[in-house]
Amino acid sequence: MNYRITHRTVYTYAQPVTVSHHAARVKPRSTPTQERKDFELRIEPEPGVRKMRTDYFGNRVCFFSIQGLHTRLEIIATSHVVVNELTPVTPGLSMPWEAAAELFRDPVAVELIEPYQFVADSPMVRALPDLADYARESFPAETPLLAGVLALNRRIHQDFRFDPVATTVATPLEEVLQKRRGVCQDFAHLGAAMLRSLGLPARYVSGYLRTRPPEGKPRLVGADASHAWFAVYCPNHGWVDFDPTNDVLVGPEHITVAYGRDFSDVSPVSGIITGGGRHTVKVGVDVEPL
Amino acid sequence: MSEAAARPKPRPPAELLESYRALDGVFDEVLDAEGQPRAHYAAVLGELETLGVAELKRRWETAGRYVHEQGITYNIYGDTRAMERPWQLDPLPFVISAADWRTLETALIQRATLIDQILADCYGPQELLRTGRLPPALVFAQADFLRPCHGVKVAHDRHLHLYAADLARSPDGRWWVTSDRTQIPTGSGYALANRLVTSRILPEPFRDCHVHRLAGFFREMQASLAQLAARRTDNPRVVLLTPGPFNETYFEQAYLARYLGYTLVEGQDLTVRDDRVFLKTLSGLEPVDVILRRVDDEFCDPLELRNDSMLGVPGLVEALRAGNVAVANPPGSALLQSPAFMAFLPGLCRHLLGEELKLPSVATWWCGQKSAASYVREHLEKLFVKPAFRPRLGGMKAGETMTPEQLAALRRRLAFQPHLFVGQERVKLATAPVWDGTAGLVARPVGLRVYLVATADGYRVMPGGLTRVAPDETGRFLSMQKGGGSKDTWVLSEGPVPDETLLQTPEHRIQLHRVGNNLPSRLADNFFWLGRYAERADASARLLRSALLRFNPERTGSAYPVLEPILRTLELQGLITVDSRRLELRGNPEALEAELLAAIFDPARATSLHRDAEQLLRLAMLVRDRTSNDLWRVLGRLHDLLGRPTTSLVVLAGDAAALLNQVLLDLAAFRGLAMENMTRAQGWRFLDMGCRLERAIYLCSFLDCALRSAEADNPSLLEAVLEVADSTLTYRSRYSLLPHIAAVYDLVMLDETNPRSLLFQLQQLARHFDELPLERQRALPSPGQRILLECVTRLRLMDPLGLAGLQRNWHLGEVARVLQHLGRELPKLSDAIAVSYFAHSAISRTGTAAQP
Repeated sequence: MNYRITHRTVYTYAQPVTVSHHAARVKPRSTPTQERKDFELRIEPEPGVRKMRTDYFGNRVCFFSIQGLHTRLEIIATSHVVVNELTPVTPGLSMPWEAAAELFRDPVAVELIEPYQFVADSPMVRALPDLADYARESFPAETPLLAGVLALNRRIHQDFRFDPVATTVATPLEEVLQKRRGVCQDFAHLGAAMLRSLGLPARYVSGYLRTRPPEGKPRLVGADASHAWFAVYCPNHGWVDFDPTNDVLVGPEHITVAYGRDFSDVSPVSGIITGGGRHTVKVGVDVEPL
Repeated sequence: MSEAAARPKPRPPAELLESYRALDGVFDEVLDAEGQPRAHYAAVLGELETLGVAELKRRWETAGRYVHEQGITYNIYGDTRAMERPWQLDPLPFVISAADWRTLETALIQRATLIDQILADCYGPQELLRTGRLPPALVFAQADFLRPCHGVKVAHDRHLHLYAADLARSPDGRWWVTSDRTQIPTGSGYALANRLVTSRILPEPFRDCHVHRLAGFFREMQASLAQLAARRTDNPRVVLLTPGPFNETYFEQAYLARYLGYTLVEGQDLTVRDDRVFLKTLSGLEPVDVILRRVDDEFCDPLELRNDSMLGVPGLVEALRAGNVAVANPPGSALLQSPAFMAFLPGLCRHLLGEELKLPSVATWWCGQKSAASYVREHLEKLFVKPAFRPRLGGMKAGETMTPEQLAALRRRLAFQPHLFVGQERVKLATAPVWDGTAGLVARPVGLRVYLVATADGYRVMPGGLTRVAPDETGRFLSMQKGGGSKDTWVLSEGPVPDETLLQTPEHRIQLHRVGNNLPSRLADNFFWLGRYAERADASARLLRSALLRFNPERTGSAYPVLEPILRTLELQGLITVDSRRLELRGNPEALEAELLAAIFDPARATSLHRDAEQLLRLAMLVRDRTSNDLWRVLGRLHDLLGRPTTSLVVLAGDAAALLNQVLLDLAAFRGLAMENMTRAQGWRFLDMGCRLERAIYLCSFLDCALRSAEADNPSLLEAVLEVADSTLTYRSRYSLLPHIAAVYDLVMLDETNPRSLLFQLQQLARHFDELPLERQRALPSPGQRILLECVTRLRLMDPLGLAGLQRNWHLGEVARVLQHLGRELPKLSDAIAVSYFAHSAISRTGTAAQP
């Protein structure tokens, strides 16, 4: 599939900002199943300092700093991405989950060091006995790892209600678990935290999802949003992505931008401003199939 | 006859150690197993014995006074009322023999070198992880592994510029490392302060025992930090980044900054532009080359590290990456503070340095390893189980002191996430004698913190350290937070020690500086308000004193016309509230008296003198590294004077007036010290501007109130005016008559030679204004200058003789109109100064929407 994605973020400040520093992770990664053809990042006002580099997880990150007074900041990322059809995994053929978890207990084989860092707690995703208890229902003894994760992915979808006002960026997982409500970010964190609570490596993926208009309606431009899901590391397979918000295995309608231990590693735009007073932020995403 | 022979021979310390008993089963620093004094202590103890116990007691008291006067304090978290605790210093030094020290020194240098190499690997190639020599959890599971700092090329490839180790001596006399301080080694400033006090009260033993000096270490630290500067300059700017005055070791930070000659800055004083760090000063941005930081790793940069940090500098990590600034220690170095590493240091030392680890760590089992975890589970009661990562965020109890429920909970947590815990053997700390006021010398557990700095030729060890003393015999804690004490540490040399001080640098040609225009704007703000509060306290104290002196319960009626303008001014300044009860107060002298006393002492009243003194102390703390100790001491005394507990508030009006005299003397001392001791740089200028402005505002308010009284020309009231304006003597020297209204108002408003007159204040302000950096660049007068010009002109054009003809309608005359104009305009002047010079807006993070 061929996509053109436009991701627009606009900040409006009540008072002038004297200096601002930002980090934007909006450039889609190239992955084995995804090829980035073009990328353009427009920033208004023009930053005095601007540079692109690769972060610890291999994501592309643009650092920029605006050093003149401003009351508005607009960031528009336009990407052209080709996503290839995946060879579907056969969950039933993956190794038993206990054996996989055992590989990530000390001593960890040096080949598994890279995925190992997604077992440990991170700022927003911590292992908890309650999360392990919830997850274990999907992992009876000897369950093939991916079959268990698929079942867990479905249960999250069924047990938790999508509710854009129930949580914020900072709602802790204990609260999400108790409220049984949240948005894609919460569900991705939840899935990752449950797997980590079982001792399995799981990461957070930030990206986009193609949305289909209702039958007979035209596609609304800019009505999409950024999306998030989680991935689990399966020895012999590598990373396999699951989307608990939509109860699917991630496929050609998902576009990966960045991944990390949790949202705090991959936040699309983050910034620190000096001055500015109160501010508002507007985000619009458009995923256009070509 | 040689000098040595002239002195009395040191005697055996019989009297001193008469009642001293070592504890069973631990190493005692002074007494050997036979109960005899150890050789290296003999000389010191002999000198003390010669001084005699009575003399020592006297000196110990002097030591306590020094600590208080120098303002050596330690902040206790979560205790805001009595937040600042005096530093606990036991005057008897901890002595280490030259031979013992040589062994320690070599071992510590090895350990610092090793830790530096491990850090370099973790933040670089990660070979140790890839070859399986270090379990990945030790790095990846630690919140202190800061991924944004991975791959950042640090100055001189050095990750550990400063390092401290906590040492303990076990019963067999061996030294062990109980913790590694790789992030912010605190306490070297306290060690320095301890040395200052101890060497002053014990000059004879200090001189005669060949004690190593500390200054050389700090000089190497200065040189080493200066070399980190990326800019080619002879005079690199080094700043000490503090979390602020509420941090537990703020005293030490200000002390070190001053000793080392560094600017003490908070995060908001710095800004990053074009990947360079700058200090915001009154005259603009000044480049910063090196940051000696006291802000925790992850708080250093809210953009890339913890985004809720308000202590750091946004963009700092990017500036580090660009190589434009050096930070000591670089953010991320806390990684090696994890006690879990202790279990791996011997192996890593063999691998990286090809030698055996010379100084053992306290026995440690990291539960991330299966065998270690099962050992810890089996010996839970005997071991000290604590978090493997971030141990600084609170330890845990020893197993043997836990209840069965606590033990069960610990077992569950151990089973769920074993890698988050270590088990450690408990060290039985060695003991040393501590002076106890009543019992003489008693044995207390001690630990030693030692300090290292990286130089071009490897690490140097400070020949001394901070000896910490446990608050009780059990020695479970060595924590200042928990009430422990400290000692100076004397490392003995085999031969005479050259005198050293940081002030002499003969080999270095110093560049002369006269005027510093580089005061951080935040400090200018603090100086300005220090001046305003000092003058506010002064004016309030004068008014209150005048009120109390005229207050007489027996004859309130007759004193009232004179009292009224004073009370009215006090009311306008918010010191007292009499409005609703005015009539009542007239016939109720007790209520008025209580109100006046509350205006002095009441800590709950925001405008009371007591609170002014608190504000003064707080502001003085914020500019502590820019002012003299005397200034600090005077304000401390003022605070003590007013800070009496409210329960003892059965003070009579007469006592209170006497106390106000003392308050006024202290404030005069403060002004005198500021005038005589501060260089005429920007700090002094803003302090003086604050004083002048506050004095003018207060005087306008009082004179306006006085003119509203029908009896404004009453000699008693005019005397009160002279008294409040501190111009009584001047008046008497000019006029030998009863005060006359025109003469009095001329003297307190227009007389340019009277340093208390309104015009004098405004002219001083105008002079200061002309010297301010931004004003000098302007072609046209600034808003502040306009206000001043207009006020001065109106004052000058005023004719005080006009008052004489007004016949009781004083407040309608020109003089009153000028006062009212000034009363309106002068606060605007304060705002104008704030807008031009103190604008340091806060940083905030921009919200990111959650991913839906």
